[in-house]
Amino acid sequence: MQPAVEFRNISKAFGPVQANADVSFTIAKGSIHGVIGENGAGKSTLMSILYGYYHADSGQLLIDGQARNIRTSQEAIDLGIGMVHQHFMLVENMTVLDNVMLGAEGGFKLAAQRKDVENKLRDICTRYRLDVDPLATIHDLSVGAQQRVEILKQIYRSANILILDEPTAVLTAQETASLFEILRLFKDQGKTIILITHKLGEIMDITDQVTVMRAGRVAGAVTTSETSKEQLASMMVGRPIEGNLPRQPFNPGAPVLKVSNLQLQDASKVQLLADINLSVRAGEIVALAGVSGNGQSELMEILAGMRLPTSGQVELEGKALPYTGRSNADGLPSTFRQLGIGHVPEDRLRDGVIKDYSVMQNTVFGYESRVKNRWGLFDFDAIAKRCAHLLQAFDVRPNNPDLRIGLLSGGNQQKVVIAREVSAQPKLMLVGQPTRGVDIGTIEAIHTQLLRLRDEGVAILLVSTELEEVRALADRIVVMSGGRVTGELPIDEFDTTRIGLLMGGMHKS
Amino acid sequence: MEGFDIANIVVSTIRNAPVLMFAALAGLFAERSGVVDIGLEGKILASAFVSAAVGYTTQNPWLGIAAGIAVSVALAMVQAFVSITQKGNQLVAGIAINIAMSGLTFVVAQYIFQQGGRTPDLGAARLASVTLPGAELVAGVPVLGWIWNSLLGGHSPLVYLAFILLPVVHWVVYHSRFGLRLRACGENPHAADAAGVSVERTRYLAMLVAGVLCSFSGAYLSIVQSGFFLRDMSAGAGYLALTALVFGNWRPLQTVLGCLMFGFFSAVQIQIEGVDLPVVGRIPGSLIQMIPYVVTVIVLAGLMAKSVAPKAVGKPFVKSR
Amino acid sequence: MKQMKTTELPRWATGIVLPLLNLLSALLVAALVIHLLGESPVESMKILVDSAVINPEGLGYTLFYASTFVFTGLAVSIAMKAGLFNIGAEGQMYFGGLGLTLAVLAFDASLSPWLMIPLAMLGAAVFGALWAFLPGYLQAKRGSHVVVTTIMFNFIAASLMNFIIVKYLLPEGEQNPASRVFAESAALPTLNTWFPFFGDTPLNIGFPIAIIALVIYGVVVSRSTWGYQLRATGLNQHAAHYAGVRISRMIIVAMLISGALAGLASVNSIMGSTHYLSLNFPAGAGFIGIAIALMGRQHPVGIFLSSVLFGALIQGGFDLSLEKPNIPVETFIFIQGLIILFCGAMENLYGPALLKLINATRKG
Repeated sequence: MQPAVEFRNISKAFGPVQANADVSFTIAKGSIHGVIGENGAGKSTLMSILYGYYHADSGQLLIDGQARNIRTSQEAIDLGIGMVHQHFMLVENMTVLDNVMLGAEGGFKLAAQRKDVENKLRDICTRYRLDVDPLATIHDLSVGAQQRVEILKQIYRSANILILDEPTAVLTAQETASLFEILRLFKDQGKTIILITHKLGEIMDITDQVTVMRAGRVAGAVTTSETSKEQLASMMVGRPIEGNLPRQPFNPGAPVLKVSNLQLQDASKVQLLADINLSVRAGEIVALAGVSGNGQSELMEILAGMRLPTSGQVELEGKALPYTGRSNADGLPSTFRQLGIGHVPEDRLRDGVIKDYSVMQNTVFGYESRVKNRWGLFDFDAIAKRCAHLLQAFDVRPNNPDLRIGLLSGGNQQKVVIAREVSAQPKLMLVGQPTRGVDIGTIEAIHTQLLRLRDEGVAILLVSTELEEVRALADRIVVMSGGRVTGELPIDEFDTTRIGLLMGGMHKS
Repeated sequence: MEGFDIANIVVSTIRNAPVLMFAALAGLFAERSGVVDIGLEGKILASAFVSAAVGYTTQNPWLGIAAGIAVSVALAMVQAFVSITQKGNQLVAGIAINIAMSGLTFVVAQYIFQQGGRTPDLGAARLASVTLPGAELVAGVPVLGWIWNSLLGGHSPLVYLAFILLPVVHWVVYHSRFGLRLRACGENPHAADAAGVSVERTRYLAMLVAGVLCSFSGAYLSIVQSGFFLRDMSAGAGYLALTALVFGNWRPLQTVLGCLMFGFFSAVQIQIEGVDLPVVGRIPGSLIQMIPYVVTVIVLAGLMAKSVAPKAVGKPFVKSR
Repeated sequence: MKQMKTTELPRWATGIVLPLLNLLSALLVAALVIHLLGESPVESMKILVDSAVINPEGLGYTLFYASTFVFTGLAVSIAMKAGLFNIGAEGQMYFGGLGLTLAVLAFDASLSPWLMIPLAMLGAAVFGALWAFLPGYLQAKRGSHVVVTTIMFNFIAASLMNFIIVKYLLPEGEQNPASRVFAESAALPTLNTWFPFFGDTPLNIGFPIAIIALVIYGVVVSRSTWGYQLRATGLNQHAAHYAGVRISRMIIVAMLISGALAGLASVNSIMGSTHYLSLNFPAGAGFIGIAIALMGRQHPVGIFLSSVLFGALIQGGFDLSLEKPNIPVETFIFIQGLIILFCGAMENLYGPALLKLINATRKG
């Protein structure tokens, strides 16, 4: 039987970056095939070529044994290739029905087809246990349901090859299990599934074959039943992975942060945070674990002064933070910085840096008042000296203070942000998703840096969706789900199942 | 209050609105697809001039309108090229077209007609008003007669076109394939792209439609309302149309209501001139002229927070992976 | 070592070559139109250059106009740095002229020029800022788009000023809609006393004042912490908020300063030339400011050069229109639009081609 997909010597470069180099492997029909690799390994690029977004510079792509030149996503769709993206490609204010019909309307007048399509969708939902109402509006649906809509779209278009890009990043454990059930159903129907992920546990769970990518090349191709997580991890990185990083014995000091009864409602009265109580002591790393979208981001924004809570109190070293008497948070982050709160934001490019500013200009971002003279002008000498020191100490590459920071890799940008916040010597450090979009080598460096901070007595509140990271760094874990704290446990009680249940909303009894 | 002819105001409102209606519906197509159209003003001016010029030269208003369409579409295509293909700043592109047309229409009018930058009066070469069948029969009847002959009948064909466009636009936007793709491109172009829809092509088409619709606004100004082209005669209509869009939340019916509101203010404006109002007395003409612009600011100040523009409007579409 | 292909254009390409290419493109289209109007573009260019640059008096006029344009160019530029597109410089300049006039009419008989002129400048700046305040405030607090509100304020200014001039400022018995003539103390000293080279032109101390304004702008925008925060707001509002910038206040202050600069443009225009407040005296200077800000890429040197260029276009254009009736001054409004189009909206038109050229020459 012909393989569903075969990549032969696929290469693709973007300017100086070689995203894919001579990639060759096959994907068997009727199998679930995993493609893993760290950020920047080239797996997304490869799939984009398969889906017609990009064109390979050289090499061949064979679908069902036939060489194909896929130039547009429409051509990929016509060949039976469907893709469920990491960031959903849905129009939020339209119905499921409209989203499915988009691009496959079947005629100039919509009304003629609508009833037909609706019936077909209900049919598919029953057959694949998708549980979606075709007439629901997208923004009323949960994240898990929206993903099922994406899958529904692909089945409707008779996709035989289904690509899923990091599908479980936004799902709870229960939703992940449901998704895998659906995928197994597909496989039974003879469909081929390509699963792109960096989560080794899932690979072991559901795939038949795995291709490991590293730095644009194929680093290994194995049968899942014949390999292990550790083997996959070292193939991903190219060397055996570090065990635990060194840290001082846990010796927390006085409480630095105390959150009492924090509530947050948005403009439409939706409760985003409810009854949040937590505290962080000096020399302690508290990790907020949970699937993204459960209130962690909002909590961080409030603690950093970027957003106002609806009610509740936050104390820093016993003094209440100045939320009251304001109608918005305009200018508040500056006050919080002065009080000694550092913030490494979750969304680096949106919040943390100005990508058109140079590296040096970004090292003073948020701290301009500390480097000016009495005329309000910058003290460029002081800034340059400090910048040189920081770039050296944090091993930022390339070590060029005048380079536009947008040109640096994600990991190096993150190092600049961390260097900047750390050098202000905060009492409390808020860290959001510190290693998102960062390569493994830099992840270790960042983790080491955070542990050192903790050993020096800084209180650290960490938000992370990666349980591995939580396990590596936390002294105490606070789990959030649906805007509430569902459980708290010290690190020596770390238990993936229990935490998974708490993340899924089951309160500890 | 004495001196106010309500009947007159209603009819005037209906006759003032089309200038804004054509432009606002044009803007609706552009913006729903994701392209900001600040260049409505320039397209209105250009088509006003060309319609009047060709109309005069050929003594045929329909040829004038056709020529106006051609010019407006050409400008819309330039805007589309800059905004969509070149991914340039759409606000700047629109302002550029407005300024360029303000100058060019004067220069060409002067060159051809030597009358200080205006076109000669069209005289008889204007569109004949439409009389509804049975007009003479009801002419004498008190209320019905007025409704049949002045309210519903007796307008220029372009007026009817403007109002007929409303249900047509509504249907196209909400019940046709093009409309579905249009709205998707304006809300989440990445979703449209992933579904196999060409975002570029859809937006170009939207600009084409906008060009056609907008040209009627200009033709209405020069052929129907005044009978000639005068420099800068659009006087901000393009921007008022955009405000009607904001007012109408980018929906056809509500937008047209916004246009009618502006038409109403225009009608009242003319009536207030020369009238002694209680307390304030007689308001000078120059201050009355301010009214539509002040209303615009008030509308934008009050509504903007609640008005929801198409999510992707103004942002050039770049495939990102 | 093998040379890597550049993927980004170097600074000199984006800062000088591209703007020049864009300018040339605009002029080429203009040349085509002039040709279609039955005139020779080359001959027209010659007349223009002779009048605006070669002739010393013409040069004086060119620099005189440039002095006004520098201020409107600065006004639009500083708003742009904050991410705001201020189309209202025309109305702000007009209203600034009112502030200037009120100060002069009240004090020109009693004060010496040393006090009168700065006081008039203050009036112009304050009134200009006032006219920009409401659009700025509405953008910051209500999200009302500053492009549409400033355009509306242009129209409102036209009506309001018409009313004010005719009703309150027009001296008894006069027909021409303008205020009375200002006294000597409100006249900007002309430069031809020190530089007789310029002949009988209105070129005055407004020109060196404009240069000083450019220097202050340059220093504040690129070297002060406030300027850093201003640019951050324009580049990425989310990040600026993260960094603690008070976004609402920054938007309003940027518009106030922008309006003040536009208001100051009226100083040279009125106190250097007509010496009275007349109807529609800005005559498009506010819109020219937009073209200058885009063409000069909001850089002090770029703004200066663009202002001089436009001064030359206005001066040369005026003489050209006298000699060639088929090319009236409104042609230059058209050219303005072309420049805004090519320099502001199509700035990267030649980028890819230039990049290919650079890489090709590097390989060789």
